[in-house]
Amino acid sequence: MTLAILNIDWQTLADGLALGAIYALMAVGIGLVFGVLRLVNFAYGQLVMAGAFALALASQWGWPVWAGIVLCFAVVLALSVAMEHLVFRPLRGHSPAVMLVATFAVAFLLQSIALLWFGSLGKIATSLASLNRPWTLSGVDIRKITIVAVIVAALCLLLLHLLLERTEVGLHMRAASMDFSTSRMLGVRANRVISFAVLISGALAAVVAVMLTVQTPLVTPDFALRDTIVVLAGVVVGGLNRPIPATLGGFTIGFATGVLGGALPTNQSQYLPTFVFVAVILVLLVRPRGLFDFSRSVERV
Amino acid sequence: MRRLDELVAPVVLVVAAALLGSLASISNQTYFTDTLVKVSIVVALYVFIGNSGVLSFGHISFVALGAWTAGVLTVPPSEKPAIMPNLAEFLLHRHVGNVTSLALAAVVGGIAAFVVGIPLMRLSGLAAGIATFAVLEITYNLLQYEERIGPGLNAFSSVPETTGLRQAAIGAVVCIVVAFVYARSRFGRLLRATREDDAAARAVGASVYRQRLIAFTVSGLLAGLAGGLYVHLLPVNVNSVHLDLTFLTLAMLVVGGSGSLLGAVVGTLAVSAIDSWLAVAENGTSVFGLNLDLPAGTAEIVVGVMMAAVLILRPSGLTGGRELRLRGRIAWRGSASRAPA
Repeated sequence: MTLAILNIDWQTLADGLALGAIYALMAVGIGLVFGVLRLVNFAYGQLVMAGAFALALASQWGWPVWAGIVLCFAVVLALSVAMEHLVFRPLRGHSPAVMLVATFAVAFLLQSIALLWFGSLGKIATSLASLNRPWTLSGVDIRKITIVAVIVAALCLLLLHLLLERTEVGLHMRAASMDFSTSRMLGVRANRVISFAVLISGALAAVVAVMLTVQTPLVTPDFALRDTIVVLAGVVVGGLNRPIPATLGGFTIGFATGVLGGALPTNQSQYLPTFVFVAVILVLLVRPRGLFDFSRSVERV
Repeated sequence: MRRLDELVAPVVLVVAAALLGSLASISNQTYFTDTLVKVSIVVALYVFIGNSGVLSFGHISFVALGAWTAGVLTVPPSEKPAIMPNLAEFLLHRHVGNVTSLALAAVVGGIAAFVVGIPLMRLSGLAAGIATFAVLEITYNLLQYEERIGPGLNAFSSVPETTGLRQAAIGAVVCIVVAFVYARSRFGRLLRATREDDAAARAVGASVYRQRLIAFTVSGLLAGLAGGLYVHLLPVNVNSVHLDLTFLTLAMLVVGGSGSLLGAVVGTLAVSAIDSWLAVAENGTSVFGLNLDLPAGTAEIVVGVMMAAVLILRPSGLTGGRELRLRGRIAWRGSASRAPA
């Protein structure tokens, strides 16, 4: 009943779920790097964009799907490592605001390079288009990518959880994000932990790139830029300090955006960013440390 | 007010840029005018970011609102239905002159900043950064679709192009003087005290919230004025007052050094000089007899690299956040190397 009143059908709900799942992955990617470096990576969306262009190029060259995905991972991981060495490392220890502005600069730099390289019209990635077809389940059309996205996101989060909780490097990462200098004194190797976090974050960006290009095959230089802004807001709203609140924040804002975008009539859905960002401001005012952060730690920033 | 000499260097730079522009060819003059308008925007940014040390991604909203105000009120009434078919009744027949439109743009920017600042100035750090970003996105979204108050997705064509070199230079000097007076006032000093040491400033009775709100309002006022100047320079549309301008102006402030008024001016002139020169080079130019024809988009890449490089190598900017004093001998003073925190 309530669903009918709000004009939400199962399709919209499924789409919201898929967007929430993708945003949750991006949130984890941003949150992991923030955990060890205290750095909000504004350029995360441009990693996704680079991966998407790799997929588009691969499909243009007629490569098989798996080769395209391998290329996507290779490009995104290489770019992540380069970013870590050239930008994050020299900035280590600066104030969060300086680092945020610096990654803002990197984001625009990468976007301008893409613009110069591929033009503003972009390229089309067609190789995975079959996943975008609907799959009828008792009268409800659900695009296959919706299901794939939810499953892949759940799998990634599970693997990540196991990695953080059950392995030594995961333990080191958790220690480093709690207190970096103390963990170093106790024998955690800073560079290794940071490189590892950056690599995982890059791998997640590649996964996101694959799933986003299935949903929107047209890859332009501002691909994933708007998503990154929304996810960043979601991550800060959820609580940046811990992985689970950050993930929940990303999921919530993705789910809300997806469902509202599908359910609202056009003359209202064009104001969707306004609704979302007003909500973001309200949450930040009420709980500046994050909606889902129930710990009683002191303010870090 | 004893340190009036710190005002000399920024004003001289602006006047020099204007004079240099008046010597340039008509087609190149636009670059100088554009630079001087950007000086106003960056000085507005400096008033808040420089003095408070809190980052704001939202100031271009106030530039946009200023542009919308001055634009809507100066398009000739006969052309309003063509450009803005859905304009609200009360705006349809209103028409004001150039100076009045600029003053109103400033007032609207100031009021908007004050209203937005009341809730937002409680935040600091990353929360403040994201919240001001949210303000930018909300303004962008509303101006894009709210056709009762402007042209929506269309450009503000038919606005009288009154911002020439002279008006842009006067506007920039006005912004610089206001920023200077504010920074030297009791309020500016208290705000910088909270930037340097929050706890100590609170201990001597400074209200961080109130001081930030005052600075935010003053800088919104200047940003609104700059927006008015901008719309009188070229047909502004909603995309020209969004992320790209936010990035460019933040880059200018950071490159120059966000801690000082001189830094804001130097950064704007330096980045603009390179940006404009590259823009010319993208259309083909010759340097020392070499024919140079850069692909379109090179300017953005160079500015991006410059900004990242300055942040990494010299986080307090080219001027190091200092002012230039001319008392007897040239001496540097100002806040020590302090990056925006």
